[in-house]
Amino acid sequence: MSATSFLVVRSTRFSRVGLPLVAVMVFGLGLAPYWADRAELRLFAEVFAYLALASLWNLLAGYAGLASIGQQAYVGLGAYLLFGLTMLAGIHPLATIPLAGLIAGIVAVPVALLIFRLKGAYFAIGTWVVAEVFRLLASQVSALGGGSGVSLPVGIVTSIAPGRETREFTLYWLSLALLLIVMASVFALLRSRYGLALTSVRDNEIAAQSSGVDVWRIKLLVYCLCACGTAMLGSLIFLQKLRVSPDTAFSANDWTAFIIFIVVIGGIGTIEGPIIGTIVFFILRQAFADLGSIYLLMMGAVAIAVMMRAPRGLWGIFTARFGWKLFPIDRRILFEPGGEAR
Amino acid sequence: MDWLNTIVQGVLLGGLYAMFAAGLSLIFGVMRLVNIAHGDLIVLAAYLALVVTTALGVNPLLSLVIVVPLMAAIGYALQKFLLNATLGDDLLPPLLVTFGISVIIQNGLLEVFSADSQKLQAGAIEVQSLHLANGLSIGTLPLAQFIVAIVVIGGLQTVFYRTAMGRAFRATSDDPAMAQLMGLDNRHVFALAMALSLAVVAVAGVLLAVRTNFDPSIGPARLIFGFEAVIMGGLGSLWGTLIGGIVLGVAQAIGAKVDPGWQLLAGHIAFLVILAFKPSGLFPKVQHG
Amino acid sequence: MTGAPLLDIQDIQTFYGDFQALFGVSMRIETGQIVAIIGSNGAGKSTLLKTIVGMLRPKHGCVTFAGESIERLAAHHIVAKGITMVPEGRRLFSSLTVEENLIIGSTVARKGPWNLSRVYRMFPVLEERKAMQATALSGGQQQMVAIGRALMSNPKLLLCDEISLGLAPTVIHDIYRQLPAVVEEGTSLVIVEQDVVQALKAAQRVYCLQEGRVALEGDTAAVTREDISAAYFGI
Repeated sequence: MSATSFLVVRSTRFSRVGLPLVAVMVFGLGLAPYWADRAELRLFAEVFAYLALASLWNLLAGYAGLASIGQQAYVGLGAYLLFGLTMLAGIHPLATIPLAGLIAGIVAVPVALLIFRLKGAYFAIGTWVVAEVFRLLASQVSALGGGSGVSLPVGIVTSIAPGRETREFTLYWLSLALLLIVMASVFALLRSRYGLALTSVRDNEIAAQSSGVDVWRIKLLVYCLCACGTAMLGSLIFLQKLRVSPDTAFSANDWTAFIIFIVVIGGIGTIEGPIIGTIVFFILRQAFADLGSIYLLMMGAVAIAVMMRAPRGLWGIFTARFGWKLFPIDRRILFEPGGEAR
Repeated sequence: MDWLNTIVQGVLLGGLYAMFAAGLSLIFGVMRLVNIAHGDLIVLAAYLALVVTTALGVNPLLSLVIVVPLMAAIGYALQKFLLNATLGDDLLPPLLVTFGISVIIQNGLLEVFSADSQKLQAGAIEVQSLHLANGLSIGTLPLAQFIVAIVVIGGLQTVFYRTAMGRAFRATSDDPAMAQLMGLDNRHVFALAMALSLAVVAVAGVLLAVRTNFDPSIGPARLIFGFEAVIMGGLGSLWGTLIGGIVLGVAQAIGAKVDPGWQLLAGHIAFLVILAFKPSGLFPKVQHG
Repeated sequence: MTGAPLLDIQDIQTFYGDFQALFGVSMRIETGQIVAIIGSNGAGKSTLLKTIVGMLRPKHGCVTFAGESIERLAAHHIVAKGITMVPEGRRLFSSLTVEENLIIGSTVARKGPWNLSRVYRMFPVLEERKAMQATALSGGQQQMVAIGRALMSNPKLLLCDEISLGLAPTVIHDIYRQLPAVVEEGTSLVIVEQDVVQALKAAQRVYCLQEGRVALEGDTAAVTREDISAAYFGI
């Protein structure tokens, strides 16, 4: 047996077809301002935001094993940084978005140092405490409206772009761009050796540690990157909402419960899962949101059912049945003829 | 003297927080499960007490006779038919399923009872107070609740260390596979533990309902208070949880005295400080292998 | 000694995931016997015991105990029927005292001669230490607790997995000295040992496992050292 020559293959047949299709779709979405109306543009922007947040949470919980139920801390931080930096420091709103990300990434370090002392589900509740602290602190800032919040002054809004239409197009393209940046970053991270290290941590932390993976460092890196991304999304989301308050900015419902449902239903620990989950979530929302709390109750029940019966989510079912991988991040060995074929 | 009053109030409030925490601590000790819906179950118990009190026209404290066994039964069923299947090496399933249960309870209560604030009336005891020396006075109700908390925690200790059921809890927690070889059915033991936990939750819920206004959304905050009490007190120690609750109550009372808007923040800061300098808590139990 | 055996194992195949550990093991244990199972590390001895007692489920084959099929039963039901195990490594409950460890052994309330005072009579040193945390005792004493705990359920069949592991020779000798009394009180024994000499001295019948198969079976009086070496090492 002379199977000394082999290829390390990274794409699958599905991805070779699927990815170009996705590229076409993205191009089409980029042209949306020319074929969609205002309401549709807003909906798309919302979908992009939720998908990006879900992808980040999936990276955090599904890959790094950091099950946070307090990411709303960073959404709110991003939102308040936007309002604070523009209203109190006179910085241009579009510039505050990356700035908010940077500041959040830095703030995340001492937070992580504290809450990494908690393990498992206690870590999860710890993240919730952090979110509560951020919320309470925000409501103490009277310059930004204290407990009732504040609206973005007209002058700052118009500084984004001169005309209303240009403004809306700009914000839409920013949403799409931020989504693409987030997804590309997640994909790149998981394809890199950091991603391999992460997957090994997820599968067996002790084995990973003894193989030389610096588990603690990787988790810190992922936590801070996610904080950075989540905060930038928070800034952009509230730039479009034009109004911030502690309860909306740090809403556990909007920024954690819905995100968790999206990832669980779509499939934890896969890049494709959040995409499916977001689509399903918005379809359900369009259909049932009038039902108010019954709708939320239903989402909770569906999430539980999926977790119990199909823990790999909808995408997991597709992968198990058909072996589809749209964003392939694993490596397979393909032996040349003469050896063992895979 | 004013400060002494504040601290005493904080201590008594701590008793209530220890009640929130006791059920949480028990479950984690027996099966390493953290129930995200714990706070919402406390609120559920409060609403059950509301229903019983309104339907039967009895004193809220009497409603315990129905609410406690009812919640215990709910706990047994919840564990046996839903949560047992989530237990294992992966921490996400129990976390996410209990998170889902939390959402379901909150929204279910919202649908049935609306978001209106409710409160149970316990009668004259609510406004009575005991006057001790030098202008120091203690509310009778908070004192009574504190005593109830001590009795309940003492009761749990007794169950754990002096009964066959407690032996079963400790053994199953130590080594679930070996516990089976003793003839113990793990699924049944876990369900019993959850039933006991929700019985304690029932008492906590009724105490809460009598003490303050409640509505469907206050569950998560109760979970956080219970959790902070457990962590500050030290994992694995029920009396430690009481101390943790007291620390939290006192921190909140002092915060509130400085500025009413600072009450919650003061509590969280106390928690974070202890987490920073004594991460295993004030009275951690030595972990066995 | 004639008639149906107490425990009848037929063609057991046990897997750990995709890895096969037992390849069709068959065995009989008669009432009142001590049967030794020997073999090197990884031969499948512990796997076999765990399969009998219900901690593992065999993919194929059957286990019949006192005429009843038990291979599909959960472990806590099998214990109630009268089989229990002293596991490898003792595995005492660290949150329980010595006495509590013994008492919890009697959760399954079967009738029989074994109770707390009887166990203390067999191992008096345990009574002196009954309020101590069980894991604070020496290795030999912990082994006594583990055996006592198993006996408290009054089993008809007791499986002992490597009870001499890590113990001093005098302690091993003391423990083995008690085994005939256990059998006399009505409990048959299966002892798994790496210490072949000790096992053969105590037992009437011996099975030798080699890589998941029975390589030798016979009365201990009849087998020779050469037979055993051949079977043990697979020569």
